[in-house]
Amino acid sequence: MSLTIIEGKAYPLGLSNVDTDVIIGSDWLKTVSKEGLGNGCFAALREGNENVFNDPRYAGAEILVAGANFGCGSSREHAAWALADMGVRAIIASSFSDIFSSNAFKNGILAATVDEAAIAPLVEAARDGDLKVDLLQQTVSAGASLEFDFTIDSFRRRCLIEGLNEIELSLLDAEFIIKHEQRVAGQTPWLARAGTA
Amino acid sequence: MAELRTMYEKIWDAHLVRQQEDGTDLIYVDRHLVHEVSSAQAFEGLRQAGLPVRRPDLTLAMPDHNVPTTARTDGVGNPIAIEDPESALQLATLEQNVAEFGVPFFDATSINQGIVHVVGPELGFTLPGSTLVCGDSHTSAHGALGCLAFGIGTTEVEHVLATQTLRLRRSKTMEVRLEGSLSPGVTAKDVILAVIGEIGTAGGIGHVIEYRGPVFEAMSIEQRLTVANMSIEAGARSGLFAPDAVTFEYLEGRPMAPSGVAWDDAVESWKSLRTDDGAKFDKSIVIDASAIVPLVTWGTSPEDVVPVTGNAPDPEEFGSETKRASVRAALAYMGIAPGQAMVDVPIQHVFIGSCTNSRIEDLRAAADVLRGRRLSPAIRSAIVVPGSGLVKMQAEQEGIDKVFTEAGFEWREPGCSACLGMNPDKVPPGESCASTSNRNFVGRQGPGARTHLVSPAMAAAAGIAGHLADVRDYAGVPA
Ligand code: SF4
Repeated sequence: MSLTIIEGKAYPLGLSNVDTDVIIGSDWLKTVSKEGLGNGCFAALREGNENVFNDPRYAGAEILVAGANFGCGSSREHAAWALADMGVRAIIASSFSDIFSSNAFKNGILAATVDEAAIAPLVEAARDGDLKVDLLQQTVSAGASLEFDFTIDSFRRRCLIEGLNEIELSLLDAEFIIKHEQRVAGQTPWLARAGTA
Repeated sequence: MAELRTMYEKIWDAHLVRQQEDGTDLIYVDRHLVHEVSSAQAFEGLRQAGLPVRRPDLTLAMPDHNVPTTARTDGVGNPIAIEDPESALQLATLEQNVAEFGVPFFDATSINQGIVHVVGPELGFTLPGSTLVCGDSHTSAHGALGCLAFGIGTTEVEHVLATQTLRLRRSKTMEVRLEGSLSPGVTAKDVILAVIGEIGTAGGIGHVIEYRGPVFEAMSIEQRLTVANMSIEAGARSGLFAPDAVTFEYLEGRPMAPSGVAWDDAVESWKSLRTDDGAKFDKSIVIDASAIVPLVTWGTSPEDVVPVTGNAPDPEEFGSETKRASVRAALAYMGIAPGQAMVDVPIQHVFIGSCTNSRIEDLRAAADVLRGRRLSPAIRSAIVVPGSGLVKMQAEQEGIDKVFTEAGFEWREPGCSACLGMNPDKVPPGESCASTSNRNFVGRQGPGARTHLVSPAMAAAAGIAGHLADVRDYAGVPA
């Protein structure tokens, strides 16, 4: 699926250090499928009285605005599956954990990094109305007056826009993989095979 | 003159399969650990695409996150069925997948089973100069042996199963250097908590940390594993220690490590991995080791560290309203008053385990504090969960299990247990746990659970006291 422009409501979360345990609790990790995790997404936050996920104004939003270090902690891809299942297609934050941003991208979710100074105005704007995330221009904007650039890895940008599958791409490099394996077998043979226990 | 390189750059270069035009690198994966929680959807992906596992022989699977830590076999050695149907299905799915795809596997009744990050090093599956991945963020632990190791998501697990590679971009490098020497009672856990407190949970994003300096060099492999393990809590995907005599002595004779002539060749090659003198790091952090004291966490992020002799923060002392609000929320969740003395925080649960602190040295350190003492009546549950079947066996040979049970602890079977509360081992809502694990996130040890991260010796001291306590007040303090 290709992703270029997303326009609409956005959750004005704004929090920093949102960890993947908060995005999806460990009770949900027993599943052997990727489906249905949206029901558990942000369960720990939804228990509080005032939170953006229970607020009908933002229901069904495809964009989420958070602070620094979004998705820190566990590598559980369940966090990305849960967000995708909840309908989120773009997350704006001032930084992302490395593993989470990779997981997000692999599930077609745009993890867009903006300057720290952009977070407060974007949260404000999301409370008042729609945001527009443009992957072609690499901007996130609200109306005509507010616009910020965001960064994203160029390879990931291309995959999102063209809807490419990374595993299929890497399988095309099979001859290089075989060559590497032959080199290792000659130079560092102890790496080429694991012993048995 | 050849270019000066850090250890990270040397390992990366040696694993470069192909540099792509867009600047990403296809990197070869030498070792892949697989567990039940992050693999089912990956194997399903292979099945749908009609792909085999490219190198099952470089892959090793075992259950750890979800297994019960109560007895696994009945009196006559038959496996005991798992009660929770979802857990049972997830564990059965792993067994089916490894059988179908031919992946080597230790089941829950095997002596070799345990937490993947404890088992990899102790069997010699983890080797210096190798690349190792696992669908688990604490894979950084294996860096203790000079192995470039990092956690990956399930789609990446599928990618590695299918291709034995990952498509990545080179990280930046950060050196964390400890100067001076450690004081008595200060352990590897306190050191890494101090590092995280210093650089913050986002400080290492995009970086690989290399731990350098005399204090790290003097650490045992067990201690290095504790440090490297929590690199991810500083935001770094990997942490590295240069392999040295300590590493070689640890690995020699381990069942999956090379032997004979291959061993000698390997050691020669491993000696050349260390960072060249004069090689540049993108970032350097220097910490005074002598200033580190036994630490505890007061809040809901691993960077919320404070000396055990100190006090919880007062939210009103912070400059920004966002920060004040987040400190207030963390204190409220933890049930701690602003400025409260940490030693006044009552504890009802003690958990000694997890891939951070469940190896033999960790258990010995806790047992040294507990010997001849009993848990406070305020403690409702106290469990010791050895990191692997082999650790458990060794501890029993040393009589350490008796020290724990005589003090009032339960002695369990290996697994992740209350570290993440997926299996029945959970901390009840609103109750506090002195835990040797690595994450004090909201709900990590169970919904509403309050976690204080501490070293094994400090966990033992808290158990005796019934509140957070300074291990230096107890005899048998680890030097
Ligand atoms: S012990 Fe805890 S941190 Fe380690 S692998 Fe298991 S769940 Fe993850």
